[in-house]
Amino acid sequence: MNAAAEFDTEKMSLSMGPSHPSTHGVLRIQLELDGEIVTKADPVIGYLHRGDEKIAENMTYNQFVPYTDRLDYLAPLANNMAYAIAVERLAKLEVPARCQAIRVLTAEMARISAHLLGIGAYAIDVGAWTVFLYTFTEREKLYKLFEELTGARFTTSYTRIGGLMRDVPGGWIERVDAFCDQFLPLFEESLDLLTRNKIFTDRTQGIGVISREDAIAYGLTGPNLRASGVPLDLRKDKPYSGYEQYEFDIPVGTTGDCYDRYLTRAEEVRQAVRIIKQVVAKLPGGAWYAEDAKRIFAPRKDKILTSMEELIQNFMLVTEGPQMPAGEVYFEAENPKGALGFFIVSKGGGVPWRLKIRAPSFCNLSILPKVCVGAMVSDVVSILGSLDFVMGECDR
Amino acid sequence: MSAPEATTALKAKFQQASDRASLDHPAVNVPAADAPAALACLRDEFGFDMLADLTAVDWSAAASPRFTVVYHLFSTARHDYVRVAADCPNDAEPSVPSVTSLWPGANWHEREVYDMFGIGFAGHPDLRRILMWDGYPHFPLRKEFPLSGIETPLPDVEVAAETHASVKPAPMMGGPFVASSGQINLGAAEPRGQDESWTEKHEKPE
Repeated sequence: MNAAAEFDTEKMSLSMGPSHPSTHGVLRIQLELDGEIVTKADPVIGYLHRGDEKIAENMTYNQFVPYTDRLDYLAPLANNMAYAIAVERLAKLEVPARCQAIRVLTAEMARISAHLLGIGAYAIDVGAWTVFLYTFTEREKLYKLFEELTGARFTTSYTRIGGLMRDVPGGWIERVDAFCDQFLPLFEESLDLLTRNKIFTDRTQGIGVISREDAIAYGLTGPNLRASGVPLDLRKDKPYSGYEQYEFDIPVGTTGDCYDRYLTRAEEVRQAVRIIKQVVAKLPGGAWYAEDAKRIFAPRKDKILTSMEELIQNFMLVTEGPQMPAGEVYFEAENPKGALGFFIVSKGGGVPWRLKIRAPSFCNLSILPKVCVGAMVSDVVSILGSLDFVMGECDR
Repeated sequence: MSAPEATTALKAKFQQASDRASLDHPAVNVPAADAPAALACLRDEFGFDMLADLTAVDWSAAASPRFTVVYHLFSTARHDYVRVAADCPNDAEPSVPSVTSLWPGANWHEREVYDMFGIGFAGHPDLRRILMWDGYPHFPLRKEFPLSGIETPLPDVEVAAETHASVKPAPMMGGPFVASSGQINLGAAEPRGQDESWTEKHEKPE
């Protein structure tokens, strides 16, 4: 029986966010409700817009590295790498094998860290508190390793154009290896709290289904795309930074619902550990920055203070910025949230003319008006958590 | 079809399409009016089924054509990118046809380009600002828009009437390092060098 025919009903407008625990930051969704059912969802974004692209047009290439930390701030190391590779494509720089391997290692650690938060926070969203405590304990260990490597837990700024900030400290690789060994059993234990949990499966299975066609049409990338059954992973399909040397599998979902997105992330964490193990086993020696990058890098401080040539070079770098060729490049890296792209238009000189950041969370969220319609209000919370977005990157 | 083959075939099909200089992926220029047809052709016939990115470039107020809309397409089968660029014919009121009918994902991208550059997209179902608030009077990524921002009334009229506050430009003295693309004038590049409101003799104002 159609209730609306019998009673006077009117649609209710509900503003969810911008500070709502399930919106993971400052996302606001303007919902139109028919009882419990969502009839229209209009995401309102931009609360965290800082004008990163405008800022990029006003500073030299290396100066922008810290800003990339603040895109997907849950995986700064992966952003650093994506940005560095994009600029290196512009500068036609080849970084040596050791630098590539360290970048892969740190990017995969960032992936684990980001997915641990994604899964833990998602569990909270659908009512399971404990998982979060387990996953955050593991993230804390990763942060200790990041701090040891870069000096910062959160805003790592680790890469430089043509290399890294520094080589890995002594004993650090062994500690990463030890972390992986103890991490996997604990990770499986925390997943056991969710994977066959009746409440969790009820809240996620069959909810927020995104079809394969929709996922491609809306430009979804990363785990959200793969959960819809598209086996697209740029690490495999368009390898960069030496990813082709490592063995790993691409998890793919079948139904494209929230549960599949959760399972895809969980498997990606296991695969990331697999990649890290391989990097650790055969980390190449040699230089950790490109020889050609000397025209971009600041020289070592002790050299600047004692040698004329390095002093002049430092002066030129600081005053004019590293000189880049003119041209256009577009590079996408497979980040934890999806494909993070940088489109750089250079007119030569030390500053980009235009730098566009293609943020995966921005594209992933654009499907919300479609996927939320027909869902219950509580499902919206579940869908948001399963899309695992970061507003820092969405709003830029 | 691989990306170089696709661009060659596209140029054969669209007489006005031409090669575009690129450091990485094959790229073509198409007239703005042809952009939806060319993109539909790339999507349906050549297998570039995903709109990876849609953005615009402002070539400065002195340049004509001033604005170029740039599309990056990705083939999920061949794992290749193609760049398609369309110059906006009108510099004062730039506009290109919308591609939301080809990819619903273009909706937000086009809203962002409109928001940041003021480029219209004919046929867009819901062209309003996305990152800035409705009613914001400027287009921040245009080259004449200063890095520090422009003083603007608050979006909420009631709050503005109560607090007499407005959106203030960021204080630029004391950083950040400001440089311009191409030739750099050192005096203009470092605002701290021009700031004489405080020296060793005068206290820095609060």
